[in-house]
Amino acid sequence: MNTNTRSSTGIGARVPRLELQRLLSGRGRYIDDIKLPRMLHVCFVRSPHPHARIVSINVEPAKQARGVEAVLTAADINPRCEPFVGVALHRPGHRSAPQLLLASERAVWQGQPVVAVIADSLAEAEDAAELVAIEWAPLPVVGDQMQAIAPGTPAIHPELDDNVAFDFSLERGEPAKAFAEADYVIEEEFRFERQMAMTLETRGLIADFNPGDGSLTVIHAHQSPFQMQDVFSRHLKIPEHKVRVIAPDIGGGFGMKLNLYVDEMAAVVASMVLGRPVKFCVDRLESFVSDAQARDHRIKARIAFMKSGEIVAMEMDDIAAVGAYGMPMRFNVAEGMMAITITGAPYSFENYKARTRSIYVNKNLIGMYRGVGMPLACIATELLTDLAADKLGIDTVEFKRRTYRPKSSLPCITPGGQRLETVSFHECLEKLVELIDYDALRKEQRKLREKDVFRGLGIATFCEQTAYGPPYYGPSGAPISTQDGCNLRLEPSGSVRCVTSLTDQGQGTLTGIAQIVADTIGVSIEQVGVIGGDSSISPYGGGAWASRGMAIGGEAALRAGTMLKHNILALAGTITQTPPEALDIIDGQVVNTRTGQPVISLADVGRIGYFRQDTLPPDHDVQLSVSASFVGNDKMYYMANGVQASYVEVDCETGFIKVLGQWAVDDCGRVINPLLVDGQVRGGIVQGIGAVLYEECIYSDDANLLNGTMADYLVPMADEMPDIVVAHVETPEASTKLGAKGIGEAGLIGAMGSVWVAVNDALKPFGARVRHQPFTPERVLDALARARSGRR
Amino acid sequence: MLFDSTLSLKHNVQIMKARNFRYIRPDSLQHAYRILEENGGDAVPIAGGQSLLAGLNMRLSAPKLLVDIGGLKELAGQSQRDGTIRLGALTRHGELLQSDLVRKQLPLLAQAAAHIGHVAIRNRGTLGGSLAYADPAAELPACSVALRATLVLGSAAGEREVKAEDFFKGLFETDLRPGELIVAVKFPAPQANTTAGFAELARRRGDFALVGLAAMVSARRDRIEGARLVYFGCVDRAKVAASVSVAVSGLAMPVLDTAAFEREIRQDLTPDDTPGLRAETKLHMATVLTRRVLNSLVMQAAS
Ligand SMILES: Cc1cc2nc3c(=O)[nH]c(=O)nc-3n(C[C@H](O)[C@H](O)[C@H](O)COP(=O)(O)OP(=O)(O)OC[C@H]3O[C@@H](n4cnc5c(N)ncnc54)[C@H](O)[C@@H]3O)c2cc1C
Repeated sequence: MNTNTRSSTGIGARVPRLELQRLLSGRGRYIDDIKLPRMLHVCFVRSPHPHARIVSINVEPAKQARGVEAVLTAADINPRCEPFVGVALHRPGHRSAPQLLLASERAVWQGQPVVAVIADSLAEAEDAAELVAIEWAPLPVVGDQMQAIAPGTPAIHPELDDNVAFDFSLERGEPAKAFAEADYVIEEEFRFERQMAMTLETRGLIADFNPGDGSLTVIHAHQSPFQMQDVFSRHLKIPEHKVRVIAPDIGGGFGMKLNLYVDEMAAVVASMVLGRPVKFCVDRLESFVSDAQARDHRIKARIAFMKSGEIVAMEMDDIAAVGAYGMPMRFNVAEGMMAITITGAPYSFENYKARTRSIYVNKNLIGMYRGVGMPLACIATELLTDLAADKLGIDTVEFKRRTYRPKSSLPCITPGGQRLETVSFHECLEKLVELIDYDALRKEQRKLREKDVFRGLGIATFCEQTAYGPPYYGPSGAPISTQDGCNLRLEPSGSVRCVTSLTDQGQGTLTGIAQIVADTIGVSIEQVGVIGGDSSISPYGGGAWASRGMAIGGEAALRAGTMLKHNILALAGTITQTPPEALDIIDGQVVNTRTGQPVISLADVGRIGYFRQDTLPPDHDVQLSVSASFVGNDKMYYMANGVQASYVEVDCETGFIKVLGQWAVDDCGRVINPLLVDGQVRGGIVQGIGAVLYEECIYSDDANLLNGTMADYLVPMADEMPDIVVAHVETPEASTKLGAKGIGEAGLIGAMGSVWVAVNDALKPFGARVRHQPFTPERVLDALARARSGRR
Repeated sequence: MLFDSTLSLKHNVQIMKARNFRYIRPDSLQHAYRILEENGGDAVPIAGGQSLLAGLNMRLSAPKLLVDIGGLKELAGQSQRDGTIRLGALTRHGELLQSDLVRKQLPLLAQAAAHIGHVAIRNRGTLGGSLAYADPAAELPACSVALRATLVLGSAAGEREVKAEDFFKGLFETDLRPGELIVAVKFPAPQANTTAGFAELARRRGDFALVGLAAMVSARRDRIEGARLVYFGCVDRAKVAASVSVAVSGLAMPVLDTAAFEREIRQDLTPDDTPGLRAETKLHMATVLTRRVLNSLVMQAAS
């Protein structure tokens, strides 16, 4: 890294996203903007029932409709694709029924695709889809996890006998003894309703199977083109080198566009059947019933502690409803596993017991979503420790100071199995306390309570597993690569072209990569062009998920940059007859390290390197294209951390909640670009506040979605959002040169924790507690009513 | 409420594009009347499109012809004469916020307009459209009843006038006849000793209210003399909440105890259970809201 020449665009600089001008002037290219010659459009007919048998399907009227090319059912589509079994091999006992592309005899969730109607235009496909007549015989519905595991409830998939997908327990130390002998035990129940990822751009792809050479190109709004290259190749039996997946501009992913979807696969099969490009764009209503959803947990958690303030044990018991199938490749047991393994991580304690169960219900699949189970761990831990501090009569900040793991104990493995190395809980907390003027806020809170104004202050500490390494996905059997790569080429004119295996859904990842490349080589960012998201041209890689882009892909870019610089200097040395060690590159010029004087421009190096090799010694091997890949072989993840605070006011007569202020102190290791990092934190915070206060897929008891529009499903909006203050502690990741950890999920995890604690802090004068997310006015009023009647 | 979102999911196909329709933009009011008469039930007027288009896109209705009245000068404009303020049907929600006439003479409308949707919606949505649509959760129908407005309705057959409180017949139901348009709304200038009070509870700014209240109240010293309270969001249509209006009259201000009108709120309001919100909770919210609106008037009077 060229730290001595740190420029206004290098590592650490506040560089606005390079693509903003293009995107904001309407020149982005999203799936819906792209048209291929002879392209068709598909519209799916879906099950309106959560569980029903298909008695008959009549596609004839639809086939006759104007513009229709084909109407395909399970019999046409399913045999062409190997079924998906969403089971993680390294999770003993995990099981799922195989998932077919189109429902053939039965539908097991509302929204499951049944018939594909393919026409010349989307309008014609939609009109024809309305003509498909399906006769249904509704079957008994398993609506939620408690019903699903109750004795006598039939199994959704008879071949599995019951509805338990996965049941996992862990125990460290002697939790039973610790709970029995503790001075105090506090127990809470938590409920997290289902929610959506709600990307600005919905899902979509264009599948282009070419019967001429048997090749498949898919332009796909997906976070991991390499994952999909593998899936298309294996499941559709196309040689891998004939499959190319390109991720164009993508309007938000949040993990939702990482999953595998049967409707998307069916659209690809339709292209193979018809030998023409087929476009599939999910529309907003459709996204409500077909995008992977998130959360849906019921958790019981306990904490045991002593009068001395020592925490002696914690316990978590999680029951999650994961939908009708295991999510292929990405496994919807992850929510529960992460929730139970990260609980308590920032705090010193020895004894831990936890269990998570993943349960099948007649609902759409749960999949990856920002934060996965980590916010649930943060909420359980922070609410329980806040209540413990109260019980002891200790201020919550003081309690954290005393019970956080001391720096001297690092590295360590937590009772939940987390490896902590370079975390900075204490530093983040002290910075936050100063930032929010903690004592003054507490004073204001006390004063206002006398005037019947009920404010709450919540502080939440969190860990974020970022940038998973091969020990994470490798043993699961899923061909998901945790490496990333970077190709660099010096162009003859002296600029640099970069191809990364990363993808960008709006984070600005590619801008960060350009900064790293520019900084490492010694050119300005204007001299670097970056492309990502094409499985056929970059080194193999993972893409965007688990807050990994900058940490892994950035390290690969740094290593490639170092290689290219080395090669450039070797060539410059030969041309100028100077030892390469005496040369450096600054501002696009090769300079003499000692004098700082320019020796030769990169344009001249490029010109000679590509066109005048005849002037070089015969044995000089010119390599102006380089490739590097990176993965932390033994690393499970890089652990990022932070602390957030929320200041809220609860209207205790109406149950309405207003977030007055939100502060985040984050440690994601080296900050490559503060604008990008703060953007991630702020966006995550807004999504976190949305989750706690607004977002909920409301289902009837028999699993019918009741609020499937954006008028009724409430996303957080600007008016309701507080001012957000972001600050950083930088503790670099020790195992890489770059030192970056991930940042993608931190904002959401911490904000969910701090809003939970803050709202419950505001309700303390009433002895009330709200534990059912989202905190709707009615749930707040119900909590107050329970407290008034002496229940909690 | 914009529409019942469970409807669309009961279909096999989730679609957000309207069925095919024809579109015409008449150049005079008489021309519009003629088209509406000739096409009967096949034709539907469109003003701001902020309610109609959502329904068409969800395929909840599928008219064959849209008659765009948005450019008709006869339906635009604001005027005041002989103690009556006349607002053209095409008055945009945003204009209610900006108009000096409205702000001075009909502050209730300006207060209410601030809560309707967002800027883009207020720039297009119209007074006539809101009244014709008759959403029981909408602000303007309630305000027009509270303000004793009269609607001017026109058709090829001529014009007639209907009082706002007789115009709203039920859930999305009005006294409009086939082929008839709202031309304008006439408001009597409120009497000197009455004050406008307005508040609503909505989850997010710009959302339709869970419950709202448009109130015209007269008070002397610290006592409420008379009140005309119109709720929205917990009723099937805009109408005077007769029992509550009587019950609060005579109350000393500030109102500390809600016991005097809790029973009446149960009589006048008819909320349903909706996803995530019980009717009982809405009644409680309406009670709190009523007390707050009445007490906000004390503060106004004091200042
Ligand atoms: C996101 C969103 C949020 C919203 N939030 C709110 C809110 O909080 N509160 C609220 O009150 N409204 C809200 N609205 C609705 C908005 O106020 C509409 O503008 C209004 O309800 C209808 O007015 P319009 O001019 O758009 O009518 P249109 O949509 O054009 O028409 C609505 C109906 O009225 C008929 N019509 C229109 N004009 C006339 C006329 N002059 N004579 C006879 N019939 C006529 C049409 O045929 C149609 O049936 C919201 C809308 C959106 C999209």
